[in-house]
Amino acid sequence: MLNFPIYLDHNATTPCDPRVVDAMIPYFTNNFGNAASRNHPFGWQAEEAVDYAREQVAKLIGADPKEIIFTSGATEADNLALKGVFEMYASKGNHIITCNIEHKAVLDTCKHIEKEGGEVTYLKVKDNGLVDLAELEAAIKPNTILIALMYANNEIGTVMPMNEISAIAKKHGVLVFSDAVQAVGKIPVDVNKDGIDLMAFTAHKMYGPKGVGALYVRRKNPRVKVTAQLDGGGHERGMRSGTLNVPGIVGFGKACEICMNEMEEETARVSKLRDKLQTELLKVEESYLNGDKEHKLPHVTNISFKHVEGEGLLMGFNKNIALSSGSACTSASLEPSYVLKALGLGDDLAHSSLRFGLGRFTTEEQIDYTVEQVTNTVNKLREMSPLWEMYKEGIDLDTIEWAHH
Amino acid sequence: MAYSEKVIDHYQNPKNVGTLDKSKATVGTGLVGAPECGDVMRLQIEVDEATGVIKDAKFKTFGCGSAIASSSLATEWLKGKSIDEAMTIDNMTIVEELNLPPVKIHCSVLAEDAIKAAINDYRQKNGMEALKFEESVVH
Repeated sequence: MLNFPIYLDHNATTPCDPRVVDAMIPYFTNNFGNAASRNHPFGWQAEEAVDYAREQVAKLIGADPKEIIFTSGATEADNLALKGVFEMYASKGNHIITCNIEHKAVLDTCKHIEKEGGEVTYLKVKDNGLVDLAELEAAIKPNTILIALMYANNEIGTVMPMNEISAIAKKHGVLVFSDAVQAVGKIPVDVNKDGIDLMAFTAHKMYGPKGVGALYVRRKNPRVKVTAQLDGGGHERGMRSGTLNVPGIVGFGKACEICMNEMEEETARVSKLRDKLQTELLKVEESYLNGDKEHKLPHVTNISFKHVEGEGLLMGFNKNIALSSGSACTSASLEPSYVLKALGLGDDLAHSSLRFGLGRFTTEEQIDYTVEQVTNTVNKLREMSPLWEMYKEGIDLDTIEWAHH
Repeated sequence: MAYSEKVIDHYQNPKNVGTLDKSKATVGTGLVGAPECGDVMRLQIEVDEATGVIKDAKFKTFGCGSAIASSSLATEWLKGKSIDEAMTIDNMTIVEELNLPPVKIHCSVLAEDAIKAAINDYRQKNGMEALKFEESVVH
């Protein structure tokens, strides 16, 4: 039996695994202590729970527990990494290299840094969504202090070659920061093998609770420091003040442990479902895969259906299937996804895209239903689409003078 | 954002989807919007030569549910109206009828523009001057 609605938007957020919730519950009530209370059992218990979670989190990414700074989420971790490095390494330089398909939490922080006198290079990704490594190396200058590139993209699921990127950075003595929100817990991420110096990730993308994330900050080879962005009690080795979210952190730890233990099996199962979904939907006439075919997350696919508008398409089934689109018909700007546009997609194809994010609880039955619904709606809307009619009549849409709004 | 029931109904059961023979002198065609903006509307009217009344109207729309609903509603309203009456259809009445939220007002503007474009196409085909319309406020 299919239960509706079906959730296929796991890049946005994931449900908490029930095992995570079970682990968290005692820390709301009986074990409510403040981890910074050093003088009584309530505090000791909370501190112990946080220490244990810190180990679980560190283990998943091959780090030392002392290298984990808990934050409120990845946006805060992105801010802390970028602004913190920019301020801490001001005497070494002011230049940061990033790319044009980063998450807004990185791009907008970089914009802020530019206002503060920083210099930022936004590399253009190739059509497959990956950075050109020769271009990256050529962008490094004597005043470059940081390369900030995402591990995996949230819209198209492409995975950057982090170890190759960090090899280039090492050669030039530049630090590497990665927003790894979509990758951690889904694919093997190891800060040492990947040569990453700072890394942001968050619990709610990996079946943990919302409102808790972490910044990994390397302590050895080299020892990296960031300037705190919040003033206060000096928690988290002075890098992030604020009472620790003990239940959240406990849940984060548990989520990491589950991902670590089950990743291999889960990836095998979910990637098979993703491949089925992708193969079936690419059989639809004039449908296109967005982003690199090989270097991508196992649970994500992004497909454009030409001459059908994405939001209109979602409306055909969004009572029963939760998905997201690159179309931005709801935004006042009418601008489609900047990520898809960065791949060189025309606005029409960018408006026509759907993002599928599968997850731990996705079933084959759900995928079969989704294939059927999406295919039917695409066909129905194409019957209604003047662009499809023109395309079928052999009219080149580029030759038409459109009345732009 | 939730859609109004009327938008959902037009989306699920669009009225007057189709194509009229644009080579006929009695048919006026309006094609507005742009693929880059995420919506393109084609609205056609067929005018009864004897009475000057719009006897048929068809649309095809590439766009979101509100754009589809706006054009579907417009074709319903056009049928049985004279050209003069058709010109008085205002985008805000479409907004009210469909309960469109502010971010979707452009869909109704597009429908109004499509009506005017179809009327002008019909006029020019029949030796009349194209009418100049004031620019709609919301673009």
